Amino acid sequence: MFNPQAEAMPVNELRKLQSQRLRSLVERAYDHVPFYRARMQEQGIKPEDIRSIEDIVKLPFITKADFRDQYPFGMFAVPLREIVRIHASSGTTGKPTVVGYTRHDIENWAECAARSLACGGATADDTVQVAYGYGLFTGGLGMHYGAEKLGAAALPMSAGNTEKQIMLMKDFGVTVLCCTPSYALQIAEVAAQMKVDLHQLPLKSGNFGAEPWTEAMRTHIEELLPLKALDIYGLSEVAGPGVANECLEQNGLHVFEDHFYPEIIEPATGKALPAGQKGELVFTCLTKEGVPLIRYRTRDITMLMDDGACPCGRTSRRMARLMGRTDDMLIIRGINVFPSQVEDVLVRIEGVHPQYLIIVDRQGNLDTMEIKVEVTESLFSDEVRKLEALRDKIHHQIRTMLNVSAKITLVEPKTIERTLGKAKRVQDLRKLT
Amino acid sequence: MKVRQISIFLENRSGRLASVLKEVGRAGVNIRALSLADTSDFGILRLIVDNVDLCVQTLRAGGHTVSVTEVLAVEVPDHPGGLAGILDVLSAAGLNVEYMYAFVSRATEKAMVVFRFERLDAAIATLKKAGISLVEAEKVYRL
Repeated sequence: MFNPQAEAMPVNELRKLQSQRLRSLVERAYDHVPFYRARMQEQGIKPEDIRSIEDIVKLPFITKADFRDQYPFGMFAVPLREIVRIHASSGTTGKPTVVGYTRHDIENWAECAARSLACGGATADDTVQVAYGYGLFTGGLGMHYGAEKLGAAALPMSAGNTEKQIMLMKDFGVTVLCCTPSYALQIAEVAAQMKVDLHQLPLKSGNFGAEPWTEAMRTHIEELLPLKALDIYGLSEVAGPGVANECLEQNGLHVFEDHFYPEIIEPATGKALPAGQKGELVFTCLTKEGVPLIRYRTRDITMLMDDGACPCGRTSRRMARLMGRTDDMLIIRGINVFPSQVEDVLVRIEGVHPQYLIIVDRQGNLDTMEIKVEVTESLFSDEVRKLEALRDKIHHQIRTMLNVSAKITLVEPKTIERTLGKAKRVQDLRKLT
Repeated sequence: MKVRQISIFLENRSGRLASVLKEVGRAGVNIRALSLADTSDFGILRLIVDNVDLCVQTLRAGGHTVSVTEVLAVEVPDHPGGLAGILDVLSAAGLNVEYMYAFVSRATEKAMVVFRFERLDAAIATLKKAGISLVEAEKVYRL
């Protein structure tokens, strides 16, 4: 553990610390950010109404759209002379969301990134290859400062130039790799072409994130690279990488909740959900000075885990790996369904990633869901009853896992339309307007 | 003894069967026997052909889901109750027929039945013991 005092803090002390930090955060936001003051006044809330961390549910949510409306510096709570760094998230629609960090913010972020690296066992003795992009994107600089904070040697590679990444990884004896999970796979692929045996290298852990991935991908990465592949979570609005990271138990990501307070809500109603139930992840940045963040809706879907204390000794709550985005969520007969859940069921049955298409329609007033699954040779049988049994098994598993009944249609390979090599996953034919 | 049969997954849409058979024909593969099992959504086309490897290669290259299974071809005595007699032998031995289909060949003028068993070797032993004649694989491909 990088900071056992914070990471293994008894839970009651942690709640006390969070309460104290929340009070101070709300005051700062109210006093210095007109946007927050207006929002709180609209809801009839004053900073003194917030006494403890439980009161957080009284505060209004903020969204990415709110952030964008305040472009560029409307969310800042301090004058620019106190800001030492600016990052911005890629704005796929319109303007980016801009975040400013005070010197203190950068230190806290570096601390959390260092904790993330230490989750995989990294120490000052390690060499950390940072193959996340450096720039406005928080990935590269975030892990870079984390590695330095840890006292490790940071190797600022940024993304790309894979041959060179592999050469230096080998020549410098890199022990920790930070990149997206798909880039880790690409490194393995290129290393094989270069006839570099990665299993001879002293790699020990990897902090992989910035895109959703699956257990199947983890298994694959750990086969190809001699390291423990750990999931890291972060987003620029909250800080950047290092908001949460898996420990070596690989059973959920520890949220560094002395800085980042997590909640799970029902996306449609905003109602808080208990641990063990999946919904939209909401973060409050308890210590942020530059851009105070209160109940920010991440649009990421996950749940807080309810399986008791982690054997690693960290007392913070853990969040499950990301299950999807609210943007991908389908509501079928009132039930939230994510394409990733369907994929999960299929992977369990087939053992490989199948091509599938979810077709949602409405007949009369009832939503219908059909799942087309391409029949690969590993699924195929020359006997009708076995294919029917497969179809029924998928149907049954979908109903058990998702609580919705779907018509399963087995289709020929390559019949599901692919765009840019990626298959389209959902076709929603409902006319809901 | 064991005849290699090709099975192909087909969606139950018009033109699918014709399209697969055209691909097989273009590759110069000749079909000896054929059966189609279908449900409302999908079908399984089963083929016995003169050149199994070429046929499989062609279909896979065409993006089809294909499997090769071993079946038996049995000559059926040309009199009433001929096939029933064979089935009696199998059922007495507790052997389950997964599916079967009949075809007639010009060469022998006898009816032939293709049987698919889960327990193939047990079926061969049982049929032989009962004096039922199994057609050699090479002979089936060359029919």
